[in-house]
Amino acid sequence: MQVLYGRHHVRVFRFGFRLVRDEQVAEDLISEVFFDVWRQAGKFEGRSAVSTWLLAITRFKALSALRRRKDAELDDEAANAIEDTSDDPEVAVQKKDTSGALRKCLTALSPEHREIVDLVYYHEKSVEEVAEIVGIPENTVKTRLFYARKKMADLLKAAGVERGWP
Amino acid sequence: MMATSKKMLEREPSEIELLLPWHAAGTLDARDARRVEEALARDPELAKQYTVIQQEYAETIHLNESLGAPSSRAMQKLFAAIDGEPVRKPSVSFNFSARVAGFFAKFSPRALAWSASLGGLALLLLAGVIGAMLVKNQNPSFETASLSTNRPMTRDLGRAAAPPPRALVRFAPDARVADITALLDNYQASIVDGARGGLFRLQFGDRAMGRDEFAGLIRRLQNEKVVSLAVDAQ
Repeated sequence: MQVLYGRHHVRVFRFGFRLVRDEQVAEDLISEVFFDVWRQAGKFEGRSAVSTWLLAITRFKALSALRRRKDAELDDEAANAIEDTSDDPEVAVQKKDTSGALRKCLTALSPEHREIVDLVYYHEKSVEEVAEIVGIPENTVKTRLFYARKKMADLLKAAGVERGWP
Repeated sequence: MMATSKKMLEREPSEIELLLPWHAAGTLDARDARRVEEALARDPELAKQYTVIQQEYAETIHLNESLGAPSSRAMQKLFAAIDGEPVRKPSVSFNFSARVAGFFAKFSPRALAWSASLGGLALLLLAGVIGAMLVKNQNPSFETASLSTNRPMTRDLGRAAAPPPRALVRFAPDARVADITALLDNYQASIVDGARGGLFRLQFGDRAMGRDEFAGLIRRLQNEKVVSLAVDAQ
């Protein structure tokens, strides 16, 4: 368990953190995830990578944690989201910080869009693996990411950033 | 140019267009990657969109990396929870042959080409388990020859000694039977339970092992090509 934890806990934490937007809750999540893994190792069927299995459990627990919280709390946390200290997209643009504006937009996406962007770009999951983690058909995975990217482009455009697409 | 890009969005995105993010992340199979490369080479609009995707890819990594790592509190909480759980007895499997069969059924066709030796190994494993059960059922003791009483004077052997170390191991899906038997030989390991979810419980040698020594053994196991997962099962 130590080895499994050592190898995967940071990525599991970051995935959970991006979903629940609360460091303490994300830390509690990873304890719960690995504890479940320890108890249910026999249920792991080995048809997918361990990391895919872990991320699927993390997602399930993160969504459960989110459901337990009130909308008002979520709004407060959204305002104090991960990139607390960064500028708003507009301010970032004024400072010609396109990268910063892009990162800010990445945090402003809906949880559905955030998770799919993270799973593909950061966790380097294939179409099939994302479908397994999120529990949606593979074609939906592809179109959902497309529209997540389009939403990101809209947010950037509203902030005055033109990237040539769309 | 902008008008062209907007047109691209007004219609349904093409299949190749949808695959661009996975191409940027390097997670497409060879066939799809080649299709995307060819499309990028002949379509400048697609290439422009790909440049934007590469930027998104880089910033997503940057953002996630900036999130840092969890504190040690998470790990302490996890292991406290594990310590609080009742000890689960490793049960010697009664349907062991079915589990072994299930495990080997997951092998690739290439590995299955070794099926001639599969039967032999299965028999060997079963023989090992039966032998282990017989040995286990015998109380390890010795009987003194010099003293005659109604009951033999016996002294328990090894009851107080720490048990040999055990680990949960998953073999690589393309592991061959010969590779697995060689690994068991090299590590003086025996399968004492398996394979729930493809995980086998291995026992190493017949003596207790120091914590550092066992941690080193686990590390060596993890580096074995035929092992995809090895964790302490003490």
